[in-house]
Amino acid sequence: MRRESLADAGLPVELVEKHAPVVLFDKVCLAFDDKVILRNVTFDVRAGHTKIFLGASGAGKSTILKLMLGLLKPDSGTIWVLGHRVEQMDEVQLMGVRHHMGMVFQEGALFDSFSVGENVGYKLYEETRQPLHQVRERVEEVLGFVGLGEHIDKMPSDLSGGQRRRVAIARAMAAKPTLLLYDEPTTGLDPMTSLTVDAEIIKLRDLENVTSVLVTHQLRDAFYIATHEASMLGKEITISPAAGQKLEQADFVMIRDGEVSFEGSADELRASTDPYLQAFLS
Amino acid sequence: MSESVQSRLVDGLKSALLEVQEYVRLSLAAMRGAVSRPFYAHDLVEQLEVIGLGSLTVVLLTGFFTGAVLALQSGMTLDQFGARPFVGRLISASMIKELGPVLTALMLAGRVGSGIAAELGSMVVTDQVSALRALGTDPIRKLVVPRVLAGFIMCPILTVVANGVGLLGGWIIAVTQLRVASSVYWQSVIDGLYLEDVWMGLIKPFALGFIIVSIGCHVGLRTKGGTQGVGRATTSAVVAASVTVLVVDFFVTRLLISILF
Repeated sequence: MRRESLADAGLPVELVEKHAPVVLFDKVCLAFDDKVILRNVTFDVRAGHTKIFLGASGAGKSTILKLMLGLLKPDSGTIWVLGHRVEQMDEVQLMGVRHHMGMVFQEGALFDSFSVGENVGYKLYEETRQPLHQVRERVEEVLGFVGLGEHIDKMPSDLSGGQRRRVAIARAMAAKPTLLLYDEPTTGLDPMTSLTVDAEIIKLRDLENVTSVLVTHQLRDAFYIATHEASMLGKEITISPAAGQKLEQADFVMIRDGEVSFEGSADELRASTDPYLQAFLS
Repeated sequence: MSESVQSRLVDGLKSALLEVQEYVRLSLAAMRGAVSRPFYAHDLVEQLEVIGLGSLTVVLLTGFFTGAVLALQSGMTLDQFGARPFVGRLISASMIKELGPVLTALMLAGRVGSGIAAELGSMVVTDQVSALRALGTDPIRKLVVPRVLAGFIMCPILTVVANGVGLLGGWIIAVTQLRVASSVYWQSVIDGLYLEDVWMGLIKPFALGFIIVSIGCHVGLRTKGGTQGVGRATTSAVVAASVTVLVVDFFVTRLLISILF
């Protein structure tokens, strides 16, 4: 299951092809001083698919997201994101790639001096030349999508933990990204609120066709997202158990001590006889 | 010297050099950001208000009472030489050339430097700075450039205000306590000032304003370690900015004396 290199797996080196992966890590290594964070990490994420990274705290999961965004640079290896070698790009070039990406940070990372509406519309207000009324419409639309339309003028400190995460999701999706990264989106939330956040992730993936990369150690949420799909009947959005091809579009990657120790579907993960995986799943 | 002490000294030196290197890089990036696009003009206006108007009260009080106490103290000393009418000359020379710029800068270091370090430090530890980058915004252009420009612009203006109220404070004491005639005081103030002094008092605050705010931004953006780290960053910013203000004041004064006089 685990690949040594993308070349071994016969994957394309160039990402300009139509069906090329949206994200591609090839033998990525990273260390801070003497501490090895990632060692020969190799994987890819296909368009419209979901990649879920599992692992213990400190295993290097969040670092993978930061590498994708170009917030960190690897010591070696190559990282392709949306057709660009992000590890070779400078900050100005990275801004162009990040324009097509969204990220939901742990705890939301909302700007606490801005209102909910200003947070959600931040990218559109500051980094585009869209007319203000259009931005406002989009902000209302995405806040409606996450069920927080009436909170547009509130400050982040006035919201609950779950609402803040949903605002963070709305902020990440406002500029219609093609790739969304979620860093522990449900950690610290109660089970019911977690389900609401999970539903937003599923809705975005299936209804807006956003490729998703999710880092979590909340197994219940990970399996729920991997095994459910969203569909729209009239104006009603329903979340139901996924079947067939949809199930194959979600992959799990287990990171252990900075290495990929497993990569496969939800069923393959459940069926694994690896003692560490079994201990993790139990 | 034992090996462990030696290695600690080397590590300390390395880390100090790294800080200086990062500070210089940030300052250069801020200068580049000030003359290129994108430029966040509304953030500059907001910072002009926060740094300028927000610091007005503390600068007014500091300037006024410094001028007043200077009149009291120098009045006593000048009495020994029968030179009480020259009190205005002493106050104007001291306030405009040295005390106005330095005390205003020290007040700004305490109020603005600490505020910026705390604000940016909180943003760093709560991932808001990473979120800015993820949203396609350069934090230096968005957070540093407007603050540094606002400090650069407002510090000289606040210094002029401090000088003005300092002379006013001196005048009140000269007239009410030292019994110096109002016209004698103001004539003495004008006699004590040369154009070179005014230039010196106006040029220094530009450098000091830049330093205070850029140090606050640098320390804030390098904050590590949660809320405790924010506290440490705030203290470091005030200490570093205050000491640097005094050091830079000395060197800029020397330079200006060699150029202007």
